[in-house]
Amino acid sequence: MDTELILRVYPFFLQAAVVTIQLSILTTILGLTCGALGAAARMSRSWVLRAIGATYVSIFRGTPALIQLFILYFGGPQIGIQLDAFEAGVIGLGVNIGAYMAETMRGAIESVDKGQREAARTMGLSRAQAMRKVILPQAMRLMIRPLGVNINALIKGTALVAAISVVELTYTAQRYIGSTYKPFEMFLLSGALYMIIIYVVGIGIAWLDRKARIT
Amino acid sequence: MTTSFVKIKNAAKSFGNLQVLKDINLTVDRGQIVAIIGPSGSGKSTLLRAINELDPLTSGEVWLEGVQINRHLPPRQYEAHVNQVRQDIGMVFQHFNLFPHLTVRGNITLAPRMLKGLTEAQANALVEEQLTKVGLLEKIDEYPSRLSGGQKQRVAIARALAMKPKVMLFDEATSALDPELVEEVNMVMKQLADEHMTMIIVTHEMDFAASVCDRVLFMDQGVVVEEGPPSVIFQNPVEERTRNFLRKHLARNGG
Ligand SMILES: Nc1ncnc2c1ncn2[C@@H]1O[C@H](COP(=O)(O)OP(=O)(O)OP(=O)(O)O)[C@@H](O)[C@H]1O
Ligand SMILES: [Mg+2]
Repeated sequence: MDTELILRVYPFFLQAAVVTIQLSILTTILGLTCGALGAAARMSRSWVLRAIGATYVSIFRGTPALIQLFILYFGGPQIGIQLDAFEAGVIGLGVNIGAYMAETMRGAIESVDKGQREAARTMGLSRAQAMRKVILPQAMRLMIRPLGVNINALIKGTALVAAISVVELTYTAQRYIGSTYKPFEMFLLSGALYMIIIYVVGIGIAWLDRKARIT
Repeated sequence: MTTSFVKIKNAAKSFGNLQVLKDINLTVDRGQIVAIIGPSGSGKSTLLRAINELDPLTSGEVWLEGVQINRHLPPRQYEAHVNQVRQDIGMVFQHFNLFPHLTVRGNITLAPRMLKGLTEAQANALVEEQLTKVGLLEKIDEYPSRLSGGQKQRVAIARALAMKPKVMLFDEATSALDPELVEEVNMVMKQLADEHMTMIIVTHEMDFAASVCDRVLFMDQGVVVEEGPPSVIFQNPVEERTRNFLRKHLARNGG
């Protein structure tokens, strides 16, 4: 193993890791937003909204994220959507993971004991009041861990945007392999950096989960 | 209108093809305490849950103090109407259904604060009043997970009372409790009886029903088979089905 090479190129990989982290954060924010909207639509009383929610979820979970990215980035200009690679990466991955997060959130909301809703409604709370004050606070706790699983998948999923030339960890490894012919070292280096990111995020999620449980 | 307080007229309810309630009539006067007994699956819970529109009737009417509860209204108005009338109907569930993310105080003040716009001071006074009533003032800042079953149910009763309901519905309030915790909940219910709270109580505890209720309804297969004062229903029932039920019940529970 060429440790000297690794020591020489790792600062560039650190820069790339910053891009991966930025991608991950923005994608998480967009994903949570799409997820919340998607879950709300799927549980709405209006069948139109329910249909829209269900369609969103089945399309984005039913096709490869890479194809979704390609359609957005390469196909977008044909229908008047001009995005740079980073923007396309965030939007493509965010909307994709949002479909998974919508199901996570819906699952958590539905797993709150139905007696909770009944108790709230029998006292005269409206559907919305019961949701806000009784169901959601409990569902939020239940969704921290499964959303953590979605976020873990999302971070690893950011590797896909190498295919549209966003200079993040995977793309950077490929670029240095082109000039050094050392794929083992280069992929090992980017893999190690992914692992550190995921480890730190995992600790954060576990901390949140523990904190939410204390009562 | 009659003077009756709660009135159920020709109530019928089906879940799909299953007819659970068949032409039930029931009137309860102000301050009256009515027990509903009957075998499992006879429709006791369904009847109780029809009163506050948790399980709306398929046909028939439910009235509370001259106001029809199950009015046919456009969805939006229906929601508003139901939310309004439910404030007057307290309900206590077998499994307590306390809100685990809120303290005892939070459980009791949530609805009054949201629906009646109480100030913090008013809410605090209310909580103290209700908790004193059920003898749990010292648990005011505990979370439900730290209470025994009996204490949970007493808090649930306090929570329902905090809305100052006109009538209280109890659906097997003590069935989920260990035997030694039943009495403390029964005491609270007896106390409510002494204060002339109007109550409809679904129960399997015949002794308790006999000691606090003015009237007992025996239900079987979706109909009221027999009703009358506890002395008649428990000691001298007319209907064969009632006698059978009580005999089996006695055999199973040893009195
Ligand atoms: N939501 C529902 N959907 C379908 N069937 C239901 C529903 N709720 C109750 N039932 C059925 O209606 C019948 C009456 O149920 P109900 O809960 O009112 O009986 P119960 O007298 O309260 O019995 P128990 O003593 O066991 O509580 C039962 O056959 C039950 O399976
Ligand atoms: Mg029942």
